[in-house]
Amino acid sequence: MKKTLVLQIKSLSVTFPSESGTVNAVRNVSLDIFPGEVLGVVGESGSGKSVLSLSTIGLLPNSARVSGEILLDGKNLLQLSDQEMSKHRGRDIAMVFQDPLSALNPVQTIGHQIAEALLIHQEISYDDALKRAGELLDEMRIPRPFERVKSYPHEFSGGMRQRVMIALAIANAPKIILADEPSTALDVTVQAQVLELLKRASQLTGAAVVLVTHDMGVVAGLADRIAIMYAGKIVEEGPIEKVFENPAMPYTIGLIRSIPRVDESEKRRLVSIAGSPPSPVALPPGCAFAPRCPAYTEICDSKVPDLEAFEGDRSVACLRKDEIAGLVSAGRLYPTEVTKGHVKSTSDVKLLEVSNLSKSFPLLKGNVFRRRVGSVYAVDKISFTLEQGKCLAIVGESGCGKTTTLLEVMNLVAPENGRIVVFGKNVSELSKSERLAIRKDLQIVFQDPFASLDPRLPIGEAIMEPMEVFSVSKSEQLTRMQELLELVGLNPAHANRFPSEFSGGQRQRIVIARALALNPKILILDEPVSALDVSVRAGVLNLLAELQEKLGISYLFVSHDLAVVQHVADYVAVMYLGSIVESGAVAQVFNSPHHPYTKALLSAVPIPDPKVEKSRERIILEGELPSPINPPSGCRFHNRCFVTKARSETDQAKCASERPELRIVEGAEVSCHFPLLK
Amino acid sequence: MSEKKLNQAKDETLSRRQLIVRRFFRNKSAVFGLGTLLFITALAVLGPYLTPWTWDLSKENGLDFNAFIDSPYGGGLTAPSFDDGHYFGTSQVGGDVFAQTIRGLQKSLLIGLLVAVFSTSIAAIVGATAGYLMGRTDKGLMWLVDLLLVLPSFLILAILSRWYQSSGWLLLVVLLAAFNWMITARIVRSVSMSLRERDFIRAARYMGVPTRKIISKHLIPNMASLLIIDGTLNVGGAILSETGLSYLGFGVRAPDVSLGSLIAEGTASALTYPWLFMFSGGLLILTVLAISLIGDGLRDAFDPGSKSGRKS
Repeated sequence: MKKTLVLQIKSLSVTFPSESGTVNAVRNVSLDIFPGEVLGVVGESGSGKSVLSLSTIGLLPNSARVSGEILLDGKNLLQLSDQEMSKHRGRDIAMVFQDPLSALNPVQTIGHQIAEALLIHQEISYDDALKRAGELLDEMRIPRPFERVKSYPHEFSGGMRQRVMIALAIANAPKIILADEPSTALDVTVQAQVLELLKRASQLTGAAVVLVTHDMGVVAGLADRIAIMYAGKIVEEGPIEKVFENPAMPYTIGLIRSIPRVDESEKRRLVSIAGSPPSPVALPPGCAFAPRCPAYTEICDSKVPDLEAFEGDRSVACLRKDEIAGLVSAGRLYPTEVTKGHVKSTSDVKLLEVSNLSKSFPLLKGNVFRRRVGSVYAVDKISFTLEQGKCLAIVGESGCGKTTTLLEVMNLVAPENGRIVVFGKNVSELSKSERLAIRKDLQIVFQDPFASLDPRLPIGEAIMEPMEVFSVSKSEQLTRMQELLELVGLNPAHANRFPSEFSGGQRQRIVIARALALNPKILILDEPVSALDVSVRAGVLNLLAELQEKLGISYLFVSHDLAVVQHVADYVAVMYLGSIVESGAVAQVFNSPHHPYTKALLSAVPIPDPKVEKSRERIILEGELPSPINPPSGCRFHNRCFVTKARSETDQAKCASERPELRIVEGAEVSCHFPLLK
Repeated sequence: MSEKKLNQAKDETLSRRQLIVRRFFRNKSAVFGLGTLLFITALAVLGPYLTPWTWDLSKENGLDFNAFIDSPYGGGLTAPSFDDGHYFGTSQVGGDVFAQTIRGLQKSLLIGLLVAVFSTSIAAIVGATAGYLMGRTDKGLMWLVDLLLVLPSFLILAILSRWYQSSGWLLLVVLLAAFNWMITARIVRSVSMSLRERDFIRAARYMGVPTRKIISKHLIPNMASLLIIDGTLNVGGAILSETGLSYLGFGVRAPDVSLGSLIAEGTASALTYPWLFMFSGGLLILTVLAISLIGDGLRDAFDPGSKSGRKS
């Protein structure tokens, strides 16, 4: 049964010349794409997945050297000139880019841009094209589509723009839609909407979708087949269920096991893959994964493994592929550590108490005389407590005020409204020296490890910096710095190096080491792993869990990633538009959410398991996070709430007019008029 | 890791200063620049001992009457030669060009380097303080900057010239620097304003690092390339502004000389008697070149991202 292929990539290699040597971006990749299927191409940053998709559509920079073949209906696309290629772009192959902000022209209307795409490939009048543009927007479920064709991109939110991008992609009914990280820049609830639409787009046009992403969860829900890339090569390829259930390449095994899952009830140590991906300039001689591979033997260095057929419809690039399954079942590969429960030194001592904290920013108007016309409440009357040795997570989508909350705590000055009590002291009554003393026990780790280290300071000095503030002697500083580097798993001999010589995961370890220098009691973590690659993330999360067990530190953890929160936190507070909608113990909140928003958020998180992901029912919220400048009346969630909509008109009116108070429902604090019960 | 290894690693831990020195000396052209500057400085210091002649025309050995009389051109202007000890030739009145050039070099080097160091330091401190602290400090400092910018500096220097000419050239340096730092300070301020929002500055603030230290340890090193380039440009600029002042009679006054005044005098007869300006001009170019090579080297040594400093 030989199916016809829409696109066939044959031994494609792409290299770029650079000052430090040739960058091997894509190495000998062969891939078949069948009509109507969804193929997930998964890889970490730098694995060559984006270069692969760009070379398919012929948008590589001129400096790229390409060899191999990309066949579309028997025609080799690589031999076409840019002009000839333009005839295929959009009509046969369409692309949805990662960043919808920059992919649309800001000075042209949405309708004009879609019409333009139509006019290039079809002979219709401009008016007809505009009309078709409206229809396409309608297909993409954009409300009032025929009015919105006249809108400019800035009038659309991020999620809406990504819908426009998908509409643009399907305008000419292409055979293949390439989607390069289509949902990465979006919030979880919006991501769910966009992925749903991508699926719909594929069904409408019968096009094959190539979904390029780093998120295993996204692929699990959408793809039929998966190809995993590592260091420019496909290392494993096959039907998604089989690959997830029974991965054959050690990298895939590690990757799947290293991802925290939101539907897990037990806490486990994540499997972490040692080291970090190789530089595409200096690849190892044999298998590129060999230096990190737990199943490494000498033969792995002997030659670069080819992608060979394995168990029928799959293929794997591993020299020891036949032995791997045996190693896994014998528990020799990535043994799953059983954590000894949580042996933490916990007590009821309240280290941090925040009550009724509010923070607003002035809304100014006028150019010459700026006057205050109102306030934006970034944080609106929130309360939480952090106990010793515990981890409290604050979760929410971007713009919900979670980072503002952290910064308010870190500032250690009297808040605009409410009370912050740290170590039993009210921050509004602190003297200068008391404030400095508190800083010693309250440290922060920022989200972006690339921005939070001074690029001009060797890492050793960076780690010693907090100790210098509290005048620790120079020799003690040095000893402690060496200890800390070792504690976070780095080589103390590297203290002289500058931050630029370290990878993202290593830098985050350095930042954590710096924060631990003075043995703080509270560590505030602002999305500590969201900027890191999947395989590196697990290492940092494990480190955090280990430190908590060893040192008994309390964490105040902020994240948008519920799976990570589920993995590390004891308590969770869910924020929506500046206020907490639900809080309680993690297990309780995640297993039986009481607030509709919590429930929707949980269901929007993709689970990296195709069986679960494809069978479970999703709640897809309508619309996007409203702007805090103009928050909805009553319950702030009511205009997106699926519970309200199913209720009687009087109940709906109550949600729209009355702001619900926090109250205790089945052990969790919930602010909802009609909480979901077990 | 064993105790021994730990200690070994500890010995190898270098401070930022040591690292910068090491990276600087790895850069060949920077070392060349440093060597050249040292040579020029040595020439300026030791030069007077190499010749029997002196720059001061009023002194006994300031003018060479033999050269004045024997000259084929009539009246001085003998070409450079080693036989009569006039290595760079003589001027119209029989003054020794070598002695004058060395004297000019001393003056110009001191003025150029000091003005550059003063004005760049003032700019860095004022700009970084204003940009980091914002608020009232910023308003006050920027008011001062704007005030100094609108003052006609040349006119003020001219008016004050009587005063500084009597109390020595050091005052000239201070005045030149005082009217030179404002534009750089504005640039530094805007760079600091964007740097202060970066996470590593915020992290330092939350660690309790005092403001003074944040400015000296984080802000200024991160603007090092800007400041170094500004400093190197200032050396040339200061030498030139001193030349301009001297030309109008407000700077270094005859019989004293500077490279600038020598070049100004010599250019008139550049084609016929090239030795009058060639040596002073050449030394000026060499000085500025050496300083900018050193500047490049320092910038690379400060910047961990640059290629040339790596390989440790």
